[in-house]
Amino acid sequence: MRVAGKGLIEREKPVSFTFDGRTYAGFKGDTVASALLAARVRVVGRSFKYHRPRGVLTAGSEEPNALIEVVGAKNQTPNVRATVQEVFEGLVTRSQNRMGSLRWDLLAVNDLMAPFFSAGFYYKTFMWPRAFWEKVYEPAIRRAAGLGSLSGRHDEGHYEKAFAFCDLLVIGAGPTGLIAALTAARAGADVILADEDSRMGGRLLSNGETVDGQPGPDWVAAVLAELSSLPNVRLMPRTTVSGAYDGGIYGALERVGLHKPARPDLPREAFWRITARRAILASGALERPIAFPMNDRPGIMMAGAVQSYLNRYGVASGKRVTLFANNDGARAVARDLMAAGVQVAAILDSRANASAVENCPVYLGARITDTSGRHGLRLIEGHHAGGAFKLETDCLAMSGGWNPTLHLTCHMGGRPRWSEELAAFVPMEGAVPGLVAAGAANGTFTTHGCLAAGHAVAEAALADLGLSPAKVALPRAEGLPYVVEPLWAVEGKGRAWLDFANDVTTKDVKLAAQEGYASVEHMKRYTTQGMAPDQGKNSNMGALAVLADATGRAIPETGITTFRPPYVPVSVAALGAGGRGMGFAPQRFLTSDQASRDRGAPMIEAGLWYRPSYFPKPGEATWRVSCDREVAMVRGAVGVADVSTLGKIDIQGRDAARFLDLVYTNTFSTLPVGRVRYGLMLREDGFVMDDGTTARLGENHFLMTTTTAAAGQVMRHLDFVHQTHCADWDVRFISVTEAWAQFAVAGPKSRALLNAVLDQPVQDFPFMACGAVQLGGVTARLFRISFSGEQGYEIAVPTRYGESLFRDLVAKAETMGGGPYGMEALNVLRVEKGFITHAEIHGRTTAFDIGMEKMVSPKKDCIGKAMAARPALVGPERQQLVGLKIATGTPPCSGAHLFTVGDKVGREESQGYITSFAHSDLMGACLGLGFLKNGRARHGEIIRIVDHLRGLDLTAEVCDPVFHDKDGEKLRA
Amino acid sequence: MPELIAKPALEKAPLTLGTCRLEAVDLGPITSVALFPGQEKAMAKALKPLGLSFPDPNSLSAKAGVQLVWTGREQAFLIGVTAPDFGAAAAVTDQSGGWAALRLSGDKAAEVLMRHVPLDLRAAAFPPGRAVRAPLGHMSSVVIREEAGFLILIFRSMARTAWHEIEVAMRTLAARA
Repeated sequence: MRVAGKGLIEREKPVSFTFDGRTYAGFKGDTVASALLAARVRVVGRSFKYHRPRGVLTAGSEEPNALIEVVGAKNQTPNVRATVQEVFEGLVTRSQNRMGSLRWDLLAVNDLMAPFFSAGFYYKTFMWPRAFWEKVYEPAIRRAAGLGSLSGRHDEGHYEKAFAFCDLLVIGAGPTGLIAALTAARAGADVILADEDSRMGGRLLSNGETVDGQPGPDWVAAVLAELSSLPNVRLMPRTTVSGAYDGGIYGALERVGLHKPARPDLPREAFWRITARRAILASGALERPIAFPMNDRPGIMMAGAVQSYLNRYGVASGKRVTLFANNDGARAVARDLMAAGVQVAAILDSRANASAVENCPVYLGARITDTSGRHGLRLIEGHHAGGAFKLETDCLAMSGGWNPTLHLTCHMGGRPRWSEELAAFVPMEGAVPGLVAAGAANGTFTTHGCLAAGHAVAEAALADLGLSPAKVALPRAEGLPYVVEPLWAVEGKGRAWLDFANDVTTKDVKLAAQEGYASVEHMKRYTTQGMAPDQGKNSNMGALAVLADATGRAIPETGITTFRPPYVPVSVAALGAGGRGMGFAPQRFLTSDQASRDRGAPMIEAGLWYRPSYFPKPGEATWRVSCDREVAMVRGAVGVADVSTLGKIDIQGRDAARFLDLVYTNTFSTLPVGRVRYGLMLREDGFVMDDGTTARLGENHFLMTTTTAAAGQVMRHLDFVHQTHCADWDVRFISVTEAWAQFAVAGPKSRALLNAVLDQPVQDFPFMACGAVQLGGVTARLFRISFSGEQGYEIAVPTRYGESLFRDLVAKAETMGGGPYGMEALNVLRVEKGFITHAEIHGRTTAFDIGMEKMVSPKKDCIGKAMAARPALVGPERQQLVGLKIATGTPPCSGAHLFTVGDKVGREESQGYITSFAHSDLMGACLGLGFLKNGRARHGEIIRIVDHLRGLDLTAEVCDPVFHDKDGEKLRA
Repeated sequence: MPELIAKPALEKAPLTLGTCRLEAVDLGPITSVALFPGQEKAMAKALKPLGLSFPDPNSLSAKAGVQLVWTGREQAFLIGVTAPDFGAAAAVTDQSGGWAALRLSGDKAAEVLMRHVPLDLRAAAFPPGRAVRAPLGHMSSVVIREEAGFLILIFRSMARTAWHEIEVAMRTLAARA
């Protein structure tokens, strides 16, 4: 319930939201957790394994119990921590991990079976019958376990990614972070101050302390006012720095719109990559629970959280509160409660020699050994120095001491150091280059100490950055020493929880030790401790202390599991912001794109490009009909295709020819000016990288053409070869793929079509010639090359004229009985001619395999030559390129395997496979290209084709891969 | 004799959101000038009439609306003028139609662009006179600092995606206000 006059919530701004269908009232500044506590809602969730009723435990992002689903119009987000989710008008939330209602969860039957559900239960129980695992056990277990549910639909919410840079990144805006940011900002450093809370100030908003004589929140407000007035400071509230990476780069998740009603363009979250020259980790500390029997009831909370709810949210977490603690600091919680008029039943101090002077009963040497209250704490039992006790209480505030929030210091392999004095791990210095932990994150647990530390590390950072510090007076603050006496677990009959989120108890950890999982890493995996959404923030220390005890080792000897990024759960939607659907990759559009779409051509992706698949004419019911018509059109008249997607690289210099000789297997230095040559390029390992034609435009000027698929790879390869093998050569190259639009004009009427558009008709322009031509006054490049087997040309114009030329060529072609052709027809044409694509040169084939070993010139060296000559890469044992003639009407069978007729169909008997397939009206058959063991010696043989995927079992005749115009008469016509 | 009709890379009306403005611009001729080994003096001589010098990495040389922008190892783009005769000093390649140019201006321009470009583009770190080759999302770009914002060169075929991504960043940033 609310406590009058307390809290930093804006009481003049009431907000209503729903939880499990019921409407609740809260105020701006509330979290779902604080508003539900104010409304006396005690059960907010069900535990992972036993489905036990659970209430709010903490007031921060480490919350293991109060995990809820937030339901929006376009998304449903599970495992949201109610302690982080701010309320806003219209917020819809619900509890999760239940069957039936939250109060009467049917799966709570698991709790009764708890004696059986110890660690390793599944491993031991569901071993047999083996076949039952996948069909019976696993689905049942998955149904019962697990946390929130997904909608099963795409998350259509809007997310954002961004980059930021600064001199100094301050992580956490408590007293340490604030003073550090102020110190650096006044000195002129470029500062980012990031804090995961909606409101900056850290514990000063909750602990009731004063700074420089003013209430903590007032001092915070004054510092923030100054910081936000400075142009060199960026304040990033609601931003959790989630990971530390190489080069001073930090990942951070900002909750941009999660605390507001959704609106268009407002991102839900932003994932930041912040590059900082220096960083200060001022992330504070996390209070740790005590594992006493039945310590998981709603109403049992962290003492610091009870204080936060009181001082920050104006909420009393119970009517009659009991404090159970092993340190001095927690006493302030009881005092604050009493000062606010909340009854404190008793202070149970586990230490025998602590002070007993408080305005309420204080019991020393206390232990809680049992609790009761199914849906909320009613009673605690135990013993203390004076004997046994039973106390009626509805809220138990526990404090087992504090752990520095040092996770980020471990993200690059650093291990924390054990501090006997604090009974906690503290950061190892220098674990992350450029990052220094300070304040509570470094084990300094007084406000005064934090302010002094924050100031000191900021001055050190300024010195590193070469900036001279400006004057910042250190404010006065409390500095009572932190005194703690470790208490990890209390023995007793009931279960004592360590990991609330994953339902791991002290018994489970002891069992792990007993069964030989004595390493902390093994214990973690055996019990699942620390593997829930809170990643062990509440339980790691306790679990390893219990493990240390069970194995008779000291805590530092036992060690701690590794903290890895991210510090808090980071949604994949934020990491992949902008990448959903078509945002996945850039789209590349041809100049002819609109012209093709205007003709109804379905566009298919080829690399990042969109290319027309075929151009349907009225009445053509299937793609095959259109494709077959387009093939016949090219063979009989003329076809036009946009081939601008092929990579084009302009190569110039006195050593250009020498350079080509090095990267190609064959010789280019002998190519005459005005001629084109086909070339083959190998990778350094000797396998084929790419093929294409290169034209010699001038004595020292070449134009290389690559395949569409390998355009980027070849460019990179040339750069690599240039920089590593011949950096001093007189050669320069640059991609001109985007600078030229290029169209294939193919078929017996191709010359006639060209002459209809060229300013001067082409006369003597033999096969493999190239040269400049004029087109409406524009200088174009003409190449006599063909990928179809017909007389063919490719004409290139500067890109801005591409659309115009395509439309003109197509219109004229149609007048001549031709027209445009798409990728399907292009494929049939090249298969008929036996031309290869990356279906054949797929990275595992050699020049020998594709029958081009003669193209590897014996007269010169080239990249990959030596490696290509390795014994296993040549010879009859290799699978070699062959053609396959298959009965017409056969369904496509690319990927099918080839078997010798009569052989067993098995993995080891496979003789090869099919790479390309085409229906060929021309040959009256279906044609395949493929690789067959010793294939070139097997022309004429009947081979068996087995396609398990499509359920095909066929035969084909092995033949030469060139089916059409073997002697190239048409090409040269 | 047929006339070929030239088309721009992107036909988009300028977009203004708050103080931020995105527009497609025609830069005129773009020529890649790749210096051959040992030709520095000849290059300096050829550039003299233009009042330009060959730029250092990540920078540019500009005079009277013409700029020479570093785009790679010993390579720069001459923008806004027909290339003079560089003789044997450089490999010269016409790049005019291959690039789409977008101009992003306004006081939030750096913040918008830093949604996609992983570099510190704020004026203090990236003042006028600087130009970089940088990834823009998954695309390769040339980013040139101008007084009022940035000039962004992107592959012509990807211009629509670049526009879309920058527009989304502008809208997203505006929605935060």
